[in-house]
Order: sequence, then C-alpha cells, then structure tokens
Amino acid sequence: MPDLSIDCAGIKSPNPFWLASAPPANSGLQVQRAFDAGWGGAVWKTLGVPIQNVSSRFGGVTIRGVQGAGFNNIELITDRSLETNFREIYETKKKYPKNAVVVSLMVETREEWKDIIKRSVDAGADGLELNFGCPHGMCERGMGSAVGQEPRVNQEITSWAVEFSTVPVLVKLTPNVADIVPHGLAARRGGAHGVSLINTIKSIIGVDIDRFVPEPRVAGLSTNGGYCGAAVKPIALHMVAQLARSKDFGIPISGIGGVSNWRDAVEFILLGSTSVQVCTEVMLRGYRVVEDMIEGLGDYMTTHGFKSVAEMVGKAVPSYSEWGDLDLNYETVAKIDPSKCIGCHLCVTACHDGAHQCIHPQGSEPAVKLKLPVPNGGSHARVPLVDESECVGCNLCKIVCPVPDCISMVSVENGFQPSTWNEHVTEGAKLRPKKGAH
Amino acid sequence: MSSSLSQDRSETVFADYKGEYTPDQAMVEANRCLFCTDAPCVKACPTHIEIPQFIRKIATGNVKGSARTIFDANILGMSCARVCPVEVLCVGDCVYNEMGVPPIQIGKLQRYATDHAFDAQWRFFEAGPDSGKSVALIGAGPASLAAAHELRRNGHRCTIFEKRPAVGGLNTTGVAPYKMKADRSVEEVQWVLGIGGIEVKTGVDVGASISFEELEKQYDAVFVGVGLGPDTILSVPGTDLPGVEGAVDWIEKMKLGRVPTEGAKSCVIVGGGNTALDCVREALGLGIAQVTMVYRGVEEKMSGYAHEWKAAQTQGARVEWQALPVAYEGNGKVERVVCQRLDTNKKPIAGSDFTVPADLVLVAIGQSKLGHLLSKLEGIEVSGGKVVTNDDGATGRRGWYAGGDCRNGGKEVVNAAAEGKAAARAIHAFLTGGV
Repeated sequence: MPDLSIDCAGIKSPNPFWLASAPPANSGLQVQRAFDAGWGGAVWKTLGVPIQNVSSRFGGVTIRGVQGAGFNNIELITDRSLETNFREIYETKKKYPKNAVVVSLMVETREEWKDIIKRSVDAGADGLELNFGCPHGMCERGMGSAVGQEPRVNQEITSWAVEFSTVPVLVKLTPNVADIVPHGLAARRGGAHGVSLINTIKSIIGVDIDRFVPEPRVAGLSTNGGYCGAAVKPIALHMVAQLARSKDFGIPISGIGGVSNWRDAVEFILLGSTSVQVCTEVMLRGYRVVEDMIEGLGDYMTTHGFKSVAEMVGKAVPSYSEWGDLDLNYETVAKIDPSKCIGCHLCVTACHDGAHQCIHPQGSEPAVKLKLPVPNGGSHARVPLVDESECVGCNLCKIVCPVPDCISMVSVENGFQPSTWNEHVTEGAKLRPKKGAH
Repeated sequence: MSSSLSQDRSETVFADYKGEYTPDQAMVEANRCLFCTDAPCVKACPTHIEIPQFIRKIATGNVKGSARTIFDANILGMSCARVCPVEVLCVGDCVYNEMGVPPIQIGKLQRYATDHAFDAQWRFFEAGPDSGKSVALIGAGPASLAAAHELRRNGHRCTIFEKRPAVGGLNTTGVAPYKMKADRSVEEVQWVLGIGGIEVKTGVDVGASISFEELEKQYDAVFVGVGLGPDTILSVPGTDLPGVEGAVDWIEKMKLGRVPTEGAKSCVIVGGGNTALDCVREALGLGIAQVTMVYRGVEEKMSGYAHEWKAAQTQGARVEWQALPVAYEGNGKVERVVCQRLDTNKKPIAGSDFTVPADLVLVAIGQSKLGHLLSKLEGIEVSGGKVVTNDDGATGRRGWYAGGDCRNGGKEVVNAAAEGKAAARAIHAFLTGGV
C-alpha cells in the first residue's frame, strides 16, 4: 500500500480525505466517528457568533431518478456555543492526535478574529480555514463571500489571521467570481499558507411548482443557497486548475466540490489539490464512503507507480492548456464495438439531433446511399453505422451509450502535421479540411 | 346492454400473478428505461405504443400524459397491460436483454399508468363531429371495441351487436383470472364506451335475429369481429361423460359463474397451446391437486408460450408429452383418461396405453372458426375458416371489414385491438371518400 499521508500547507494528515466544513463536521462525536471510519482530517463547521437557522435548509436535484446529483443549502455557520465547540475540538484532537483538525472561522472585526483564532489554536487546531466563501445569509451580514469577492478585504483579513495564528492558515475561496485567480493571489498576498476551494455556488435549487415558492421552502418564502454535490465538480476542477497553473500562485490547494469517490479525488489531486474535502456525498451516504476512497486511491497509486500523494499533485496541470494551443489536425472518429452494442440507437439520435448526423441505422437511406460497411460480428441488425468521413469525433455518442466501452474515439492518421490555431494564425500552419461543416 | 356480473364467480379466488407497482416501484423501473430510438419494444407491439415515451412520462411524474400516449395507440391499453404475453412481445425485445440485464417491465408500467387513468376517471378522447355515417360492428370483443372507439373519434355512429349477454369478448370470458378478471374487462368496456355514440345491442345474433343483408342496408359499413366459435371436440369414447368439457367453455363458466371443483382431485388438460396452459394454471389455482397436461407433441413443439409453461411447472403442473387420449372412462362421470403414446411422427405406439386419473377433463385443442358465417355473402372470401382481408381489414365485399380472431385465426387481444383500429381507419377513409 503506498503512503497516502499528506502535508497540505503544513497541515499533516494520514490521508488526503478531509470532511469539509459543513454539517458532517458539526460536532465532536461526528468528527470522531468520521475519524474512526477512516477520514484523514476534518474542517470543523464554521465557528463564529452562533446563529439561528431556518427550517428547512437543504434542497436536492434529481436527474433521471438519481437523487442529490446536485445539492444546495441555506444553512449558516455553527449554531452551537463557541465554548461547546472548542471543548469538543480539544477532546477530539486529544483522542485523535494523528488526524487533522482544521477549524473554519468567520467573524467580522479584527478583535473578533484575534480572539477566535487564539481560542482555536488553544483548543488544538492543526490549521485554520477562513470562510470567505459562504454565498448565502452570512454575506448579507458582510461576511463569507462578501469578503471573498473583494480581493482587498480578503487580503487584509487574511493578513490579520496570519498575524494572530501560530498554525497554518487556509483561505476558503468563493466560486461566485468571474475569475478565481485574483482572489487566490489576494489570499497569497495576505500570507495564507494555502487555499481551499470551491465553496458553494449561488443557486436556486428548484421551485415548488404548486405553491409557487422556490426551494427549500421556509414558510411562504425561500432564498438563494449554496450549490454543491457531484454536479459542481467540473466547476471546481476548473477553478482548482486555474490557480494550480497560475505562475504567481504557488501555494497548496485543498480541493473541494463534488468529490464523491476516489476517482473524483484523483482528478482533484492531478489538477493540483493536496487534500480533498468532502461534504455532500457524506451527507447523502455517510462517513463510510471513505473506505472506497482510501482503497481506490491506494490501488490507483500502485497501478501508476506513485509512492506518495505528493508525487501526484498537479500531474495533469501541464496538459491543461489554452484552446489556441490544441492540435486542430488531430482527428478522431467514433468506433462502435458490434459485439458490445445492444442496439438502443441512443447514439443515432444523439448524433442526428445533437451532433453532426453521421451515425446511421443499418438499412437507412444514408447508410444505403453511402454504402456504409456492415460490421462483422454484430449480434444483430441494430448495430449503427458510423460515417467516418463525416464523424467529427465529438464524443457525444460515447457519452450517451449505456454500454461501457462499446463506443470509443479512435484517432485516425490524416497525413497532416500537428497544427494549432495559434500556429495557424502566426505561421500559417496548414489545417486539415473541416468535417461535418456542410 | 347487460354489464352486471355475478358476484359469485369461481375466478374471484385468484390473485394477480404479476402484482401492481407502487408509485415508488414504478418510478425506479421507469428510470431504468434507456429511451431507445426506433425502439425494438415499439416494433414488437402490434399497436406500436410509443413505449419509451410513456415510460419517460411516468418517470417525470406525468402519468396522465403517459396514459394518453398508451391509449392513443391502443384504447385497450389497460387490459393489454395485463394480458399481453409481453415476454414474447415488447419485453422480449427490450435491448437490456442484449446486455444480460433484466428487461424493463413494460407491461407492469403500462398497467401502472392505465390503472391510474381508470382510477382517476381520466378521459382523453372526444367523439368527432357527427359524420352522418353509421357503422355496424358484429361482436363486442376487443376488435370491435377498438374499431368503434376509433370510428367515434372520427364522428361515425356505431352499433355493436353481441349475441351473448356479456360484453368484452374473450377479455371478459376467456382471460386467465390471475391476469384479469371479468369485472375489470367490463369496466374497460364501459370506459371505452364513455366516448359516447356507441350503442351496444346484446343478445342479438346477427345472421339469425337480423340478416347480414339487412344490416348492410341499415349501415354504411360493417365490421366483423366475431372471434372464434366453440371448442373443438376430440371424438373419443366417453366424450359425453359429465366432467369432460371444452376448455374455452369451461373457462367462461369459471369467469362468469361457478365451476364445480369441490372434491376434484385430479384434472387432465388435453392440448399444448396457450388455452391449455391457462387451464393447467387455473385448475391448479382452483385447488385441484393433480393436474396433468396431455400433449401429442414434444415440449419444444408446443404452441403454448415457454414462459407460461414455466409458470405452470412452478405451480406443480404435470405433463405427458407425446400422448393422446383414446378414451374417457368413468361411472356416471369421468374418472380417468386412457392415453396412448405417440412416436415422433405423432403415430400411436401399439401397446403403450396408460391411464391418468381425472375428475375433470378440459379439452383445449382449438376452437372452430366462424368465417363460414359470412361465406354466403358474395365477395367475402373465407380461407381455412378465416375471413380474408387486405392489410387494412377490408374484405372483398364493398363496405365490409373484419379483424380479430375471426380474421387472424386466434391471436392476442393486442392483435385484435390493432386490427380493429386499422380497420376503423380504413372504414373512415371509405366513408369519407378516401377510397
């Protein structure tokens, strides 16, 4: 088993899997059960002046029967007394010295920050996470994303925290900005040891269509909440990678946003995260999801010869490029494995309605006209035929195909030298003829 | 018309073989559907219900739209959901079979949506503006009902003539009660008739009470949906003994009233078709301990569906393959069946006689065809007892159409529904000068 331990901005933990600052990390008993289940660390539910919450607080997105594919909440920071929280942090840290306990904080004035940081460090926190990300409720009071959206304020409060803290400081960034980079750089200028992102995305999760009230409904009203869960992973990956490849940035990242399994975690790490934080999947399925995360990551590392997580961090960042640097002469076409195809024709419809009309049923007019060859070994006459001369290699057919590995995108030799748009514009590099553009 | 059924019916002891879905179960199953394009399940359905669409509508909570999709294609979608041999039709062609994954339970989902519609009393179709034309339909079974409903959507007045007191045809008198009971079929008839403008005259035997020619004079077109005739009888000694019954006749008695099975310990079913298999499962379900099917062929050659035979075996059915009854014996009533073994050419093997005990013998070797009723009408061709029509159901006599068992020789309810609807469209074209 490879070494899964990490050091994220000076915060050490036995594996990169941390509970995010959220309901699963609300109390000592919860965090301790999570550690028993295998979680490497936990970012405590944000401490500040305890608030009063509304009922209800959560909403979910159901897609084709899959509940919680997306999720949002209008819950605020801790509603428990600071004394209780700090006592439980102390007890937890004492009982689990090897696990990382990071304390998330959100207060207003310099004095408040000074006080709460001292109490956090005294309680045994391994690190602090400054909550500059909460996009609902707290921002209306000038905190959370209201701070995170203003680089100047972000930098200033970060500098206070770094000044007062004797443990590493992470700044949790909000995704509710046009470009994440200036906000990451502001945290860095403030002296942050690392950042964590993304916090939740401003959202309305749905509408009660019979009552004409958005969800989650609080009596006759609702409000925008923070969107998270599996559906936000692509947004989070992009923002993590934006910072990871920024030459001026260079501090560790704790990746957050839709991490639901070991594959997601690997993706975050490959794009520059040192630790990953999980909330929604734990809320939906419980702490025990970490078992598969640990095993899956370990097996993945063995398969790829990684001896430590650190070796993996950012491995895919160099290949995150600009569109203008992509090779326009690289060409793929869809290949359907006739032995796997079940004849559902989802690819046919997807190609015809959503792509470039190049996958045809056997016996259809275009198939006959183009004399598309019928594959050998097909189990039935419903294996569709790809008109490779028109296939743009878009990938849509593969995405809709219900059979794993039935459709693959295969690169074809077209005799053209690699050429990017930038090379074409600057050097007049020759581009292959367009396909599917009639 | 008469729709009141006796409450005291032998069939009421049966529970549904395929239970109904709860909303939760329907949702899970509906969400499994891949929403295939040009879907094999749709092609396998004689009425071509847009199955992926109706299933998607269940999954989105649009059950009303789901039912509309079903009924638009097949107004008898409620009964078909229960009685269709989906294993060899839509479900049998689900692409999940290709993947080794359990196929979508289309019949159960269809039942879910259509039962919902019945419970909520949803109606989807209005009669068209009165065309001034009228059509006579002979027989009140699925073919005529589907035809009449389609004709009403086009504004043609309809009169259905039924010689029995019960409406619904075999859906009422013949469907295995663990699939659907008679009262549900009668409810369906009422629901179909709810479109209005369809008069049903029961107890009228066309050809006897009123001549075909008279009918032709009174109506602008005629649809023949008379189904099949009485059970074929195996003429062997003892066939008149009490306890020897034609299968279809016995099933009708069981469904509309009571059949005496108290004290019956053993039963022999003669035949290897789906009516025989129904009888096997029904006799077992009524509590007869030893039920033996006697079939002259081998298992692979039986015309009954493999899934039905499997279910019968699960219930404890016995079987004698390659055997033929040569005599029914008993003292005042049947007590046993003397059978003879047949070779692979179905020729008797001398000295191979054996006896099977039987308090009840149900002969399920087919029904007579009724095409001959029409054979005197000039222009109507009858072949092998079946009324010959073109693809649209038109006979060789102007204005005469046919569909269902009398045309196809005895298929499923869904075939009758498809043929009735197709004929109605052809009749509409005929009446409006399209043909």
